[in-house]
Amino acid sequence: MREITLSQAVNEALAEEMRRDESVFIIGEDVAEAGTPFKVLSGLVEEFGTARVVDTPIAEPGFMGIAVGAAMTGSRPVVDLMFGDFLFLVMDQLCNQAAKTHYMSGGKLNVPLVLRTNLGATRRSAAQHSQSLHALVAHIPGLKVAMPSSALEAKGLMKTAIRDDNPVVIFEDKLMYNDKAEVPEGGDLLIPFGVANVKREGRDITLIGTSSMVQVCEKAAELLAAEGISAEVIDPRTIVPLDEATLVASAKKTSRVIVVDEGHQSYGVTGEIASRINEKAFYHLDAPALRMGAMDVPVPFSPALEDLTVPTPEAVAEQARKLCAGEMIHAA
Amino acid sequence: MSSAKQTQTNSEDYLRMYRQMVRIRTFEDNANQLYLSAKMPGLTHMYSGEEAVAVGICEALKVSDKITSTHRGHGHCVAKGAAFKEMFCELLGKEEGYCRGKGGSMHIADQSNGNLGANAIVGGSMGIATGAAFSAKLAGRDDVAVCFFGDGATAQGLMYEVMNMAALWNLPVIYACENNGYSEYTKTDEIAAGSITARAEAFGIEAHQVDGQDVLAVNTLTQQLVERARKGEGPFFMELMTYRYHGHHVGDINREYYRSKDEERDWKDNRDPIVRFRAWLVDEGIATEDEIEALNAAVRKDAEEAVTYALDAPYPDGAEVDMHVYTDVPHALA
Repeated sequence: MREITLSQAVNEALAEEMRRDESVFIIGEDVAEAGTPFKVLSGLVEEFGTARVVDTPIAEPGFMGIAVGAAMTGSRPVVDLMFGDFLFLVMDQLCNQAAKTHYMSGGKLNVPLVLRTNLGATRRSAAQHSQSLHALVAHIPGLKVAMPSSALEAKGLMKTAIRDDNPVVIFEDKLMYNDKAEVPEGGDLLIPFGVANVKREGRDITLIGTSSMVQVCEKAAELLAAEGISAEVIDPRTIVPLDEATLVASAKKTSRVIVVDEGHQSYGVTGEIASRINEKAFYHLDAPALRMGAMDVPVPFSPALEDLTVPTPEAVAEQARKLCAGEMIHAA
Repeated sequence: MSSAKQTQTNSEDYLRMYRQMVRIRTFEDNANQLYLSAKMPGLTHMYSGEEAVAVGICEALKVSDKITSTHRGHGHCVAKGAAFKEMFCELLGKEEGYCRGKGGSMHIADQSNGNLGANAIVGGSMGIATGAAFSAKLAGRDDVAVCFFGDGATAQGLMYEVMNMAALWNLPVIYACENNGYSEYTKTDEIAAGSITARAEAFGIEAHQVDGQDVLAVNTLTQQLVERARKGEGPFFMELMTYRYHGHHVGDINREYYRSKDEERDWKDNRDPIVRFRAWLVDEGIATEDEIEALNAAVRKDAEEAVTYALDAPYPDGAEVDMHVYTDVPHALA
């Protein structure tokens, strides 16, 4: 099968959906001729024109608000938020407006929009261009949150998101734009929301990873396999909705779980998933489900410091070894 | 009263405008009583005194034209075509309310008439109205969008971001600033430096100041602007000089620390939009005093019946609490 980059996958998904549905348009900063700083959108303005690939001023709340209104009136906007860190700028429009409109109107109004943005540290971009803020929006009822872990998911989840009648936030890992994966050519690649992907089957421990942390978990599983520990790796693919059944079933099977995510560990996605597993698989567990998030510090610039802040395969494997050896059970 | 016969030549149109203004005042009088008698949960913000703004504007719109409304939104809702029964049900949190009791006073909207919702974030709907105009242009529809907001909202940054884009892209949106002189409990002069209309003019947006207590002046100007917006000449900005008779919200009773009773009396006695339009209708021979009294009485009866109905109407079943979180999930927590 052909391999394409995650960047090409997103581009293909957008192009296919824009051909399929004239109400789909892209709006954001430097999305047209520039194709974004990551060049993900290159070529789209040439095919669809500036009426549907809309360059905006640097005004995130403004274009986010315009997208909400457009979505309420028959359009399907894809908002391009250049960095996930800029979510803080659009929170009112996303969380007070888009997320609540369907509910507050008693089901009469819909907001079918996609906010595509990114996450991920270790790009040496410091504290305001490196955050992984998906837990913030996952906290708000009314939003769906997708976290593609490869080019395949990036395409399939994007196409599903565009056809969804609810506001969806998609976080792409900006370090993965050039990562290649097998993606079938043509056809309608739609990956349903709320269906986790068991990337690797195992017996002794379950490693649940989101976005690029899926790769971290897979590498950790390799390390563990060499030592005779059989790790199962699961990618939830969307954290809202969350495929709790698959995660809990795996926890019951392996009896040990580590949840790995690049958001800050405190009050984050790892805590939420670990808590659900502890509640629903408690009597099957040989150890409490563990959280491994990003360090609770602003992301530092210096490579010597930044690399300390995110989970690595080695760190995940180390924790897994301890869990499997029973060392964490009575940890202080 | 401005002479505007050339734009509203039909007596029925004038009478409908009058009736709509009376409906808003009557709705608010009843809502206020519901609040004061502790029959209404939460709080509410009265539109009384500003009727000519909502009616003058909405009477210039088609059903498919969109509006966005504010926390002081009952007037916009009535003016865009809503019915009393569903509105009072919504105010009381009942199942038959326009939002099935999930929105209440601050989110009330008759969505089927192009009302995209009342917004409880000051200035929060400016992007939505601009986006509705963007949608209309993208789809080739000639609909316009009117964004209602107060003078207080001119302090929000979102307004400047979306006016900039609306002007760059010639969007068919009309920004309607209801300047009632007060931003909550503070005089507008104390929160707004410079001129309100100059804010829009800085973006090259044509801006007008109009007497918001003169329904014909508001309607005539809006008709002209709507017509031009449909042809791609938008956006436009209107500053409507008006006054709210009640406090910021129904509980804002003792307000002499920020505005005098003399000032309130002056607006009510000398500039009331309904009294002025009624006198004009009689002078022009469009209606007799008796006909107007009959119309007022019919509106009062409608409102009383709707209130009685809403008070007796059922609350939503508890099972509705997790409905309408997502379009495709009947119960989000099931």
